[in-house]
Amino acid sequence: MVATIETEQTVKELGAQKYKYGFVTDIDMEKAPKGLNEDIIRFISAKKNEPEWMLEWRLKAYSRWLDMTSPDWAKLNIDPIDYQDAYYYAAPKSKDDGPKSLDEVDPELLRTYEKLGIPLKEQEMLAGVAVDAVFDSVSVATTYKKKLEEQGIIFCSISEAMRNHPELVRKYMGTVVPQGDNFFAALNSAVFTDGSFVYVPKGVRCPMELSTYFRINTADTGQFERTLIIADEGSYVSYLEGCTAPQRDENQLHAAVVELIALDNAEIKYSTVQNWYPGDENGVGGIYNFVTKRAACRGKNSKVSWTQVETGSAITWKYPSCILQGDNSVGEFYSVAITNNHQQADTGTKMIHLGKNTRSTIISKGISAGQADNTYRGLVSIMPKAEGARNFTQCDSLLIGDKCGAHTVPYIESKNPTARIEHEATTAKISEDQLFYCKQRGLGDEDAVGLIVNGFCKEVMKELPMEFSVEAQKLIGISLEGSVG
Amino acid sequence: MPLIEIKNLHARIEDDGKEILKGIDLTIEPGEVHAIMGPNGSGKSTLSYVLSGRDGYEITEGSVMFDGVDLLEMEPDERSRAGLFLAFQYPVEIPGVTNSTFLREAVNARRKGQGEKEVDALQFVKMMREKTKKLGMSDEMLKRAVNFGFSGGEKKRNEILQMAVLEPKFAILDETDSGLDIDALKIVSDGVNSLRDPSRSMLVITHYQRLLNYIVPDKVHVMADGKIQRTGGKELAEELEASGYADYQEDAA
Repeated sequence: MVATIETEQTVKELGAQKYKYGFVTDIDMEKAPKGLNEDIIRFISAKKNEPEWMLEWRLKAYSRWLDMTSPDWAKLNIDPIDYQDAYYYAAPKSKDDGPKSLDEVDPELLRTYEKLGIPLKEQEMLAGVAVDAVFDSVSVATTYKKKLEEQGIIFCSISEAMRNHPELVRKYMGTVVPQGDNFFAALNSAVFTDGSFVYVPKGVRCPMELSTYFRINTADTGQFERTLIIADEGSYVSYLEGCTAPQRDENQLHAAVVELIALDNAEIKYSTVQNWYPGDENGVGGIYNFVTKRAACRGKNSKVSWTQVETGSAITWKYPSCILQGDNSVGEFYSVAITNNHQQADTGTKMIHLGKNTRSTIISKGISAGQADNTYRGLVSIMPKAEGARNFTQCDSLLIGDKCGAHTVPYIESKNPTARIEHEATTAKISEDQLFYCKQRGLGDEDAVGLIVNGFCKEVMKELPMEFSVEAQKLIGISLEGSVG
Repeated sequence: MPLIEIKNLHARIEDDGKEILKGIDLTIEPGEVHAIMGPNGSGKSTLSYVLSGRDGYEITEGSVMFDGVDLLEMEPDERSRAGLFLAFQYPVEIPGVTNSTFLREAVNARRKGQGEKEVDALQFVKMMREKTKKLGMSDEMLKRAVNFGFSGGEKKRNEILQMAVLEPKFAILDETDSGLDIDALKIVSDGVNSLRDPSRSMLVITHYQRLLNYIVPDKVHVMADGKIQRTGGKELAEELEASGYADYQEDAA
């Protein structure tokens, strides 16, 4: 209650001074009006009970954003987006609005759940069925949290972290992806609604995979998500993001920011399965996913490993990167990007070698079917002081059918003569022979494609944690449904 | 009831309309092993593709009954699950997919078709080890990607291993002897012979008689110009070895 009163006061004060657009709102409103301006940002900040410095931070990002333009260098066809015609804040949906049972859920969605082998109870949770005490995620999460707390690991929403651990948030947020880094990152910095925060103390090896799945209060934070993970000296953490089940959202525009910081001898493993709604087979609808993910390997011998399986979204613009500052630090990027129907993906990584003997590995597998376009875009940059730096890059593309496209755009810059950089690229088609061979052994079209593509992606899939890998393998087959036969 | 009954089968290539099969009649009873011999271009491999349902051929006339059902109405994967197996002349490589995963998928596709549960992983590994041992193969083969980087002999042996695991009612061996040295030929033939069974029929397609020294057929057919020109016992193969296909090719011309 106290918090609410404080917020109301804050908003009133703000309103008295600065509501120059004449926009008056009630703090109990569930949704901010459409459009983006300073008032909306103040509203979001107030809603989230944020400290003053955070609001200032957001406003600064907003002013940077106003001077920026949407990047157009990617190989993507994007209709102009009207940023004033979107909502930037909506309170999390109440459970009561959800379906009452699985009978009320879209059968198409249930069919996919079934194919993925998701247990009934989890299906209910994913579909947002309003049943209390059906799913024991709350108790699981509580057990989880307790275990983590014992080790001093902080795992909470970023809003919570801002209130309970402001010193950590303030120290690290925006140090890897600054507010004005790029158009979408600036937008996110101004209006982000929630996301995850992880801090692993010195010398602690996080005893379990951290997953948003087990962090309660994560529903509906997808649109402008902001994640910050800090691995202190000598620590280790593996983080799982996303879920294989298809995710829908009424908001088309998604712009997330993820910052990872690894100090001396620390290691972060970050795995993503992205399955946002890709639009229908005619390319109508679907999520626009503009993501800025970046890791700073700040300490010596630190390591960051990105693994992503991207199957959803109408448009994917995403380049998880590593800044290899610490000597002997290691960056890895393992990616599977699948586009079908009219999906477009422009994705890859940046490996910036600053420290001595820094090493990076890039394995990218792009699969394109239907009329989709799939581009790998990557930068390997060796700076003058990166004595003995090494990179290995392998980009493989697989085409299914003859109307899709695969493109590889590698940028390589070396400013140090001792650097060693290797780049390999292949493009192949699923052959009729392979499909017939599988079918002759009894596999249906879908199973055959799934099997062949999984084989093609094997080097990446084996990097996924066990929790993800079985479902992710099935997801690959499902994403390519209807691509042959 | 015959296991397979082909009547007046005509087929042509979809792309250019060229007729390859010009009226095949062939009946195979359960447990029988038949051999089809013939010169290159006689339509032997086309027959194996048409029977297994490969795209690219149009059937213009005739019928094929398999175990009492119309084979030509079925999709290739349905034919496989119904018990038809083709040992490929050129087995296909599938990078990144291990032999054991591939076979488990194939076995599960069958079980699913019959409404059974998926095979237990441990039980499957055990079964695979037994099969490879029985065929005198190393189970190291199971961990390798399907045919990927296999030698010619290994690929052919792998076909026989798959046949042993899938236990078909009817197996077509398409030039399984091609590209094999005498040792590999013996291993493959021993494998095939160990799979002979009163309820399993086989159609062995070959250009040379030597394979039939190891896999002794019940009947031998000579195919030329898209038709079966002559049928006899195993002595027909020996006769052909001596006289060659010249007579039949002249007939065709």
